[in-house]
Amino acid sequence: MAIRRILIANRGEIAARIIRTCRALQIETVLAASEADRDSVPAGLADRTVCIGPARPMESYLKVETIVQAALGTKSDAIHPGYGFLSERAPLARLCESHNVIFIGPTAEQIEAVGDKLRARSAAEAANVPVVPGAAVESVAAAVLEGRKIGAPLLVKAVGGGGGRGMKLVEKLEDLPAAVELASAEAGAAFGDARVYLERFIASGRHVEVQVLGDGKGSVINLGERDCSVQRRYQKLIEETPAPGLSEGLRSSLHEAAMRFAARLAYRGAGTVEFLVDRKTGSFYFLEMNARIQVEHPVTEAVTGVDLVAEQIAIANGAGLRRELADLGRRGWAIECRVNAEDPLNDFRPSPGVVREVSWPSGEGIRVDTHIQPGSRVPPFYDSLMAKIVAHGPDRASTLAALRRAIATTRLSGVASNLSFHAAALADPEFQAGGVDTGFVARLLANRSSTEVAGHG
Amino acid sequence: MSLTAADVAEIMKILEGSAFDEVTLEIDGLKLSMRRGASGGDGAAAASAPARVEARRPTGAPASAAAPMAASASPALASTSLASAPAPTAKSAAASDPHVQDVTSPLLGTCYRAPKPGAPPFVEVGTPVEQDTVVAIVEVMKLMNTVRAGVKGTVTEILMRDGALVEYGEALLRVKKAG
Repeated sequence: MAIRRILIANRGEIAARIIRTCRALQIETVLAASEADRDSVPAGLADRTVCIGPARPMESYLKVETIVQAALGTKSDAIHPGYGFLSERAPLARLCESHNVIFIGPTAEQIEAVGDKLRARSAAEAANVPVVPGAAVESVAAAVLEGRKIGAPLLVKAVGGGGGRGMKLVEKLEDLPAAVELASAEAGAAFGDARVYLERFIASGRHVEVQVLGDGKGSVINLGERDCSVQRRYQKLIEETPAPGLSEGLRSSLHEAAMRFAARLAYRGAGTVEFLVDRKTGSFYFLEMNARIQVEHPVTEAVTGVDLVAEQIAIANGAGLRRELADLGRRGWAIECRVNAEDPLNDFRPSPGVVREVSWPSGEGIRVDTHIQPGSRVPPFYDSLMAKIVAHGPDRASTLAALRRAIATTRLSGVASNLSFHAAALADPEFQAGGVDTGFVARLLANRSSTEVAGHG
Repeated sequence: MSLTAADVAEIMKILEGSAFDEVTLEIDGLKLSMRRGASGGDGAAAASAPARVEARRPTGAPASAAAPMAASASPALASTSLASAPAPTAKSAAASDPHVQDVTSPLLGTCYRAPKPGAPPFVEVGTPVEQDTVVAIVEVMKLMNTVRAGVKGTVTEILMRDGALVEYGEALLRVKKAG
């Protein structure tokens, strides 16, 4: 079946991004929008917009039946879930499968296999992909025993969690019982799954992930890695490719491990395998797989020239995997900053509101993915991402310089933004040297008073 | 998105009937502020709409969401009749008669005018309705949701098409309120 019309079950910049590719492919778009997004930029770009419910995600973007009904009612052949919301919820993929709507993503089974940390971990072990030493624990007593084996410092993680939610760092073993009890109770409340597991904490690690594409039949290619170590409380803020300073041996080991993992699942579509690279030893460990398009996919697109959304659609359409993409050269360097409506002066508190004025950067090698224009609303119901500013250049130094200019020339008023944070981070000698670990942002914020960070805007 | 003259008239009416003295709305670059005249005027309206407010609608989308935006932007409006119709369509926005109320769909789905194919419709033009009179069914993935009138009066217009997709907040029919 050829996809002629796609229902986009998402909002914000990614909805606009998906529509752009659909237009290029001459595929019609229907945007499923909440009441708060009826007049958004993506609603203006889509061929049609249907209102699926009130602003609160639980009553609109997270309603599986409503989304599939919207696809059926608008005669859409396929659903693109974007990222977040229902993108990694097996029930949506399953309901699509039973109603002959193409889900642009992996199978329901694959979503379940990677969504459960314990299953993903055993899949990694089975694919001969290294995992961080650790174990699931059923009780506090078991946690104490395991904790002694693994040694402090260690992390207590929720089995059903993700993106850093429900994670606790335990510096001393005597704090472990309390942390396990708390993490278990929180995980039960947040994810409906109280299971936790313990894991060795890598004191200085880099977050490096590998973009893969799979045909669903066991054939997998990779499109290189991205370094996403610039994170605040596990939320990524700056991403780049290639990952600076990796030896070629380590780089290709990461790529091969990611492909082994995805191939073992016979993974279908675009996905990302995340690793923690120990900066001291150069060892790497599987973290998780994200079964969707990633926020930071544009940096990969910049250096490979591949339109990842177009490849997702092609694979969903049964066109298979274009293996030749793997052999394309990688051209230059790309770095992305996520511009969020949050206030660095107030502990990065979200700052919803109406954008008064905005002027996004442009020019050679600059790409801005956004849904924000003057008068746009940043509703309080959703995440605060307003734009991704991506610079692409021949090497890291020139790319970094171009990105700094782009950040410096961006004008935005009406809502607070983290532009000043980005200016400070990009100017920092440690970031300029490249290869920072995931503790970089915390150090940056501790070293400078928040006013100083804000002053760089 | 832009406010129509009828929308502005409606907002003025609401302001007049409310306990508030002024209202300021900002919708997609259009700024509307209204104030009751301190010297006993009926209310002065000043609207400034730059040219780019003439934003196009996406094909096939309902032509108005100004009212729900207004409802969430202003406490003065939230307590008025506008709030009861969360997402009026163009048709309902045109209904400025305070004695007429639209019955809107509580969810997106396929709407049916009758309990089963071939059965007589729940209501026709001229049918008297009570608050709890069932007027339609909206189906979402085989789950049938009954829609009740929510108002006492007489049906004056059927806006839905049997078996068609209705959006959340889309007007299904129009009722002239009793009394």
